Amino acid sequence: MAVLEDLCPALKSLGSSCARYVVTRIGTPWQTILSVKMIFYVVIFSRHGKIRLKKWYHFFSERQKTLISTELTTLILSRKRSMCNVLEFGEHKVIYKRYASLYFAAGIDWDENELYVLEVIHRYVQVLDEYFGNVCELDIIYNFDKAYQVLDELIMGGEMQEPSRKAIVRHVTGFEKFCELDVITTNLKNTVMLS
Amino acid sequence: MPYYRLKDLIKAIRACKTAADERAVIQKESATIRTSFKEENNDARHANVAKLLYIHMLGYPAHFGQIECLKLVASNRFADKRLGYLGIMLLLDENQEVLTLVTNSLKNDMNHSNMYIVGLALCTLGNISSPEMARDLCAEVEKLLGSTNTYIRKKAALCAMRIIRKVPDLQENFFSRAKSLLNDRNHGVLLTGTTFITELCHQNSEALETFRKAVPLLVRHMKSLVTAGYSPEHDVTGVTDPFLQVKILRLLRILGKGDSEASEAMNDILAQVATNTESAKNVGNSILYETVQTIMEIQSEPGLRVLAINILGKFLTNRDNNIRYVALTTLNKTVSIDANPVQRHRNIILDCLRDGDISIRRRALELAFALINESNVRVLTRELLAFLEVADNEFKQGMTTKICLAADRFAPNKRWHIDTVLRVLKLAGNYVREEILSNFIRLIVLTTDLNAYTVQKLYAALKTDISQESLTLAGVWVIGEYGDILLKGGSFEEEEIVREVTESDVVDLMESILAGPYANQVTRGFVLTALMKLTARFTNSVVIQRIQANLERFSTSIEVEIQQRAVEYNNLFKVESIRPAILERMPAPEVKDETNTNRPTDDVAVGNSETGTLLDLAGLSNSGKAVETKNTVDILEDIFGNVATAVPTTSSKKDDIMSLFDIPNNTTTTATSNKATTVLGAKPANPLDSYTAYDENGFKITLDPSKDASSPNVLNIMVTFHNVAVGSQIQNLLFQAAVHKTQKLQMQTPSSTNIAPGSTATQLIRVANPQKTNVRLKLRIVYQTSPDTKIDEITEFSGFPQEVW
Repeated sequence: MAVLEDLCPALKSLGSSCARYVVTRIGTPWQTILSVKMIFYVVIFSRHGKIRLKKWYHFFSERQKTLISTELTTLILSRKRSMCNVLEFGEHKVIYKRYASLYFAAGIDWDENELYVLEVIHRYVQVLDEYFGNVCELDIIYNFDKAYQVLDELIMGGEMQEPSRKAIVRHVTGFEKFCELDVITTNLKNTVMLS
Repeated sequence: MPYYRLKDLIKAIRACKTAADERAVIQKESATIRTSFKEENNDARHANVAKLLYIHMLGYPAHFGQIECLKLVASNRFADKRLGYLGIMLLLDENQEVLTLVTNSLKNDMNHSNMYIVGLALCTLGNISSPEMARDLCAEVEKLLGSTNTYIRKKAALCAMRIIRKVPDLQENFFSRAKSLLNDRNHGVLLTGTTFITELCHQNSEALETFRKAVPLLVRHMKSLVTAGYSPEHDVTGVTDPFLQVKILRLLRILGKGDSEASEAMNDILAQVATNTESAKNVGNSILYETVQTIMEIQSEPGLRVLAINILGKFLTNRDNNIRYVALTTLNKTVSIDANPVQRHRNIILDCLRDGDISIRRRALELAFALINESNVRVLTRELLAFLEVADNEFKQGMTTKICLAADRFAPNKRWHIDTVLRVLKLAGNYVREEILSNFIRLIVLTTDLNAYTVQKLYAALKTDISQESLTLAGVWVIGEYGDILLKGGSFEEEEIVREVTESDVVDLMESILAGPYANQVTRGFVLTALMKLTARFTNSVVIQRIQANLERFSTSIEVEIQQRAVEYNNLFKVESIRPAILERMPAPEVKDETNTNRPTDDVAVGNSETGTLLDLAGLSNSGKAVETKNTVDILEDIFGNVATAVPTTSSKKDDIMSLFDIPNNTTTTATSNKATTVLGAKPANPLDSYTAYDENGFKITLDPSKDASSPNVLNIMVTFHNVAVGSQIQNLLFQAAVHKTQKLQMQTPSSTNIAPGSTATQLIRVANPQKTNVRLKLRIVYQTSPDTKIDEITEFSGFPQEVW
C-alpha cells in the first residue's frame, strides 16, 4: 500500500483509500502526466532479489526509485510461474519475464501494449545472448556496462529504437572497436611525440 | 585492500557472506574512490567511475561521482566518453542542476565526426533531457534528423520525441523533417520516425491533419510487412518486424480516429492483419491486440468490429494468462461502446474471478461490474456476492460500493434491493463506505411497506453477527426507529424457526453490542440514540428503566461525545411533556437527484450553489462526503453529521428531532424547542457597529458582529444585503464565506436570495473562534442583476476591531 500512495500522491490526497478503487483509472494523476505510452524503467534482478541492472526513462524521485526496486522485486518473486506476466503496480503496470535465474522487468504506462513490451524484453535477451554468446547471469554481473550499452542501442527515451538484432550487435561491437583503435592511435601518437 | 579493479571489486562483493560484510567492502571502496577523485587522478578515473556505477546499482550512494562523469565526457578518449555518458545517464536525472553543465559537451559531441559519439550524445539527451536542454539543443537535433547516416537519424527521431514531450512549443521545428522520416527505407528509422510522429500527432492537431495524408503510405508499409516473405534481418518467429507493425498500427489509430476518410483507407489492411496474423505465438498476438485496439477506436466497418470482438473472445479462451489478461483489459475498454458482444463471454469472465492470479481477478472484476444491466442484474449480483465472500480484502470496499450502486440502478424491486444491500453488509460490513450506508438507510425509510420485513431481517442478522460495523450501525438505527414495528410483527423466522421478539430481547441485543469487542464510539453513539428512541416505542416500564440505567452508565463515559449524549438523553426524561414528540420517527428524506445516487461520490466539494447554506471555501469539512443539502433537512448529514453543517433557523418540531442526531451541535442540551431557537437566533447581546464589506454596482453588504450569548468564543455576524441602487431586482444571490483554518464557520440560510430594489435581506453566519485570532473573512458574492448579467466577485474583509473577536 505504501508504494501505491507514494507513487501517486495526488490520489492519496483524495482521501479514503477507497477512492483509489472507485475512481476509474482514466483521469487519475498518472494519466494526466503520462498520457504517453512508453517504458518508464527497466530493471533486471536475480531470483534472490539482487538488482543486476536498472535504467530509468522517466523521472522518479530517489524515494520512489528505492520503493520500486525493493517492493517490485518482492512482489514479482512471490508470483507463481503460471501467473501472467503483467503486474498492476500502483498506477502503472509492470511487465516481467524470467529467463533462467534472472527476472527482466519493465514498468509501462497503463495503455501500453503488454504483449509488445514482452516482445521488447525478449528482444533484449536475444541481443544479449547474441552479444555475449549464450549469456548467463555472470556475464551481466561482470559486464554490466556492456549490458547497459546493448540496452541503450535497443531502447531510448522509453521507446524501442532498433528492430534488427544484428544491427544492435554490430553497433555495440563497432563502437568497441573504435574505442580500442582510439587507444592504439593515442598510444602511437604519444610514442611518436616522445621519440 | 584498496584499489580493486572493477572485476576484483565485483568478486570481493560477491564473496561477502553477509549484508554487513558487503556494506563494509563498499564503504571502504567508496572512500578510496572519493580520495582518488579528490587527488584528480586522471588515469584511475575511468576505473573508479566504473566501480562507482556498480556500487550505485547495488543501491549505495554514488552522487559524488557526477562531476567525474562530466570530466570523462570532456575527455578526448572514446572509451572515457562512453563511460562518462553512461554514468551521466545513471547518476543524473532531469531535475539536477549539474545536468546543465553537460549541455555544452553534448553540443560538441553532436557535431563530432564519429557517428558513435554523436549517437552517444543523442542517446543521453533522449534519456534524461531537461526542458532547458531540450530548448538549447533543439536546433542540433533538427539538423541531425536530416543526417545521411541512418544510425544518427533514428536516434535523432527519438530525441526529437523527448524534446517535444518536454517542451511542446518546439513541435513546429520538426514538422518538415518529420515528413521525410516516413519514406525512409531503414526499419530503425521507420520505427523511431513512426513513434515520433505518433507523439507529434497526439499533441498537435495541425500535425494530425498533415499526417492524415500519409495514411496510404503507412498502409503500403503495413502491406509490405504483412505480405513480405522471410527476411532474416527482421524476422521474429515468422512475423516480419512486429515492432514496426505495432507502431504503424498505433499511428493509424490516431490518424483514423474521428476521420471517416482515413478510417476507410485503412479498413482493408486492418482486416488483412486481423485475419492473416498467426495467433499461436506472443508475437502474433501482440500485433492482433494492437489491431483490435485500432479497429475499436477508428470509424471502422461493423464487420471489422465483429471480427475484432471475436479475436478478443478467442483471446479470452486462450490458456495463456497474458492473453487472457489483455483480453479482459481490452474488453473493459470496448464494453462502454457496445456491451452486447461482451455479454456473450460473461461466464468466462466470471470464471476469471476465481483465477489464481490477482492481475486477472482485478480486470475480471472491473469487467463484471461493467456488464451489469437490468436483465442480468440478479445473476451477476449473485455471482459477485459469492465472490465478495472470498475476495481479497483490498477488493472489498470497491466491491461493496459498486454492488450497491448497481443495485441502486438496476434493482428489479425494492425487496431485492434491500436483500442485496443487506447481504453486502453481512458479508463485508467492515468495508462499506458511509454513503452506501446512508443510501441504504434512506432506502429503508422510503420503503415504508417493507419496514417490518427489513427491521426483522436486520434484527435477525444482528442476533447472529455483530462484528460487521456497517451492519451493526444500520441495524441499530433501524431498530431504534422501527422498534414498535419489530414488536408488532411479533414473531419472525430465523433459520426456519419462528421466534418471538420481546422488548427485553431488543435491549439485550443492544447491551450485547455495547459490551461486544467490536463497539467503537460511533456504534456506541448509535446504540445510545436507538435506546433513547426505543423508550418512546416500548411500553414495558421495567425495560424502559433498564434503558435509563444504561444511559446513565454512559453519563460518565470518558468519550465526551458519548457522555454528552447520555447526559442529554437522561435530562430528556425530565421533560416528559415533549419527549415522545422529540423521539418521533425521522421524516422520510427527499429523494435526491438521480445523478447523485448513481454516481460514486468522489466530489470533495461540499456546498449547494443555489442556496449557499453550507459552504466550504476553506475546506472545513473533514470528510470527502458530498452531501447536498437541497433546501431541506438532510437526514444523512444529521445521522453521520460530523461535518459542520448549516443549522436550519426555523424551529419546527422536525428540527428538534434532527438535532437529536446531530452530534456536534449542542442545541439539544436545551431540549426545548423554544430555547433552541433562542440560542440559534440569538439577538445581539452587545450590539456593535456595522461594517461594510462590499459596496459596488449599488449593491451593499454590511456585517453586524455580535458575541454569541451562549458561548464567548462564537461570533455571530448578521450579514445584511442592501439593494441600494442596482436599479433592478437582485436575483439568485449566493453569498459564500471562508475563515482561517483555526476558526470554524457556520452559515445559515439567507432570508431571501432575491432582493427587490430598496429592500434588504439577511443571513446569519457564526464563526467559532476559540483561539481569538483576527476574524478575516474571504467572501464570494454571486448574483444576477438581470438574466444575462451575472456578477461573481471575491473580496476579503478583516475590518473587525479587536474587541469584537
